[in-house]
Amino acid sequence: MSQDEILTKVKKIVAEQLEAEEEKVAPESHFVNDLGADSLDTVELVMALEEEFDIEIPDEAAEGITTVREAVNYITEKSASVA
Amino acid sequence: MKIVTNFKSKRVVVTGVGAVTPVGNTPEEYWAGLLAGRNGIGPITLFDASKHACRIAGEVKQFDPHQYMERKEAKRMARFAQFSVAASHQALADAKFVINDLNAEQVGTIVGTGTGGLDVMEAQHEVYLTRGPSRCSPFTVQMMIANMAAGLTAIHTGAKGPNSCPVTACAAGSNAVGDAFRLIQRGYAQAMICGGAEAAVTPLSLAGFASAKAVSTRNDDPARACRPFDLDRNGFVMGEGAGILLLEELEHALSRGAKIYAEIVGYGMTCDAYHITSPVPGGTGATRAIELALKDAGIEPERVDYINAHGTSTPANDKTETLAIKKALGEKNARDLAISSTKSMTGHLLGGSGGIEAVATVLAILNDRMPPTINLETPDPECDLDYISNGSRAKTVNVALSNSFGFGGHNVTLVFQKYA
Repeated sequence: MSQDEILTKVKKIVAEQLEAEEEKVAPESHFVNDLGADSLDTVELVMALEEEFDIEIPDEAAEGITTVREAVNYITEKSASVA
Repeated sequence: MKIVTNFKSKRVVVTGVGAVTPVGNTPEEYWAGLLAGRNGIGPITLFDASKHACRIAGEVKQFDPHQYMERKEAKRMARFAQFSVAASHQALADAKFVINDLNAEQVGTIVGTGTGGLDVMEAQHEVYLTRGPSRCSPFTVQMMIANMAAGLTAIHTGAKGPNSCPVTACAAGSNAVGDAFRLIQRGYAQAMICGGAEAAVTPLSLAGFASAKAVSTRNDDPARACRPFDLDRNGFVMGEGAGILLLEELEHALSRGAKIYAEIVGYGMTCDAYHITSPVPGGTGATRAIELALKDAGIEPERVDYINAHGTSTPANDKTETLAIKKALGEKNARDLAISSTKSMTGHLLGGSGGIEAVATVLAILNDRMPPTINLETPDPECDLDYISNGSRAKTVNVALSNSFGFGGHNVTLVFQKYA
């Protein structure tokens, strides 16, 4: 999966989970500051990403994922290491 | 027994109502439906009930939570809490009551429920079993817990005063209204959002009630399944929804020129201390609840015009309640007044029923019109009072009671009277 494909998928999941309009979700969007997520929303979002990309995101890593770009980078790295 | 009232008691009135029910999703539709004898019961659509012994219920239809809250908020809220938030917004709007920085701490919320977010618990348990503990939603507990209708209603309305949640099964909504009444009487709050909410039309709940032989299995004729006081009744029919009153201290209501529906004047509560589901033979628990409520109100039995009965359509309740009404009020008074079970139309909302039935009771007082009991075709010889079985009836309603009895032996009676 290319990074662009991952970005598209992540944006879609973020929009769904946080009930945001997809066009308003940008790579730099911060889940809490820009999209109104609270701590539980973030937990649920990370779970949805794990499900979609069939990966496991440990808690320590999840804490570092606060924006769409950070999510995409983490997933890209993780997918590469698996492949 | 003496009731000690060593405090200066304030008068409490109803200034707003809200209702989301199987016969209408606003108080106006609900009341029109009750007067028309509209049946709210049909085949279950909320889940596949094909394997169930009971496949009928009074579901809330075409309810759109987004009318009352953001999409994300609705997604994070169990169905019973959505009903509560919706009905509370209706009641506040109806009362033209605005909660602001100045009064927020003087406005409280008590919303009772029997089962809370059973729908969420069942769905997440399925996730747990099929996909493992790590896949369970971080919102599982918060959405499921029974107090969350009261909690979320306060979050959505800004009511920062006293807040709680009686979980007394089918008496919960009435306990909520009674407890709220007490708080205002004693000056702990100026206004209270109170009532009951329930959304227990779920696989596990229906299966359990069916195993307990508590629900009607008249699946081929849902419109006639709930038949309180009728000889052919064979159990209750599950309903869902929420009924909310805005109670307000009288002077506060008058000072802002509020419309007053009725005054709440009495609250009686007892326990059978007998059996988890069966009423105590002779109905002594229910009898005492009615007596205590009237004593609390200082109202003589002959002044009662109307009783909104618990009237579940179970063999045990309807005859025991009839007996309790006779014992508490006296045989002659019991025969002179009129009784109806609006559950014949809505089904039994468990903890929500005390809420919607309190709404029906105050609307009967306001409009001098009493809703009927539908499906009462062959009266049970042990149920021999006037249950308004031939359509709604116009009559001056000065004093009205609402009865609610719950599994566990909880008995609650509320007394309302015309405001004068």
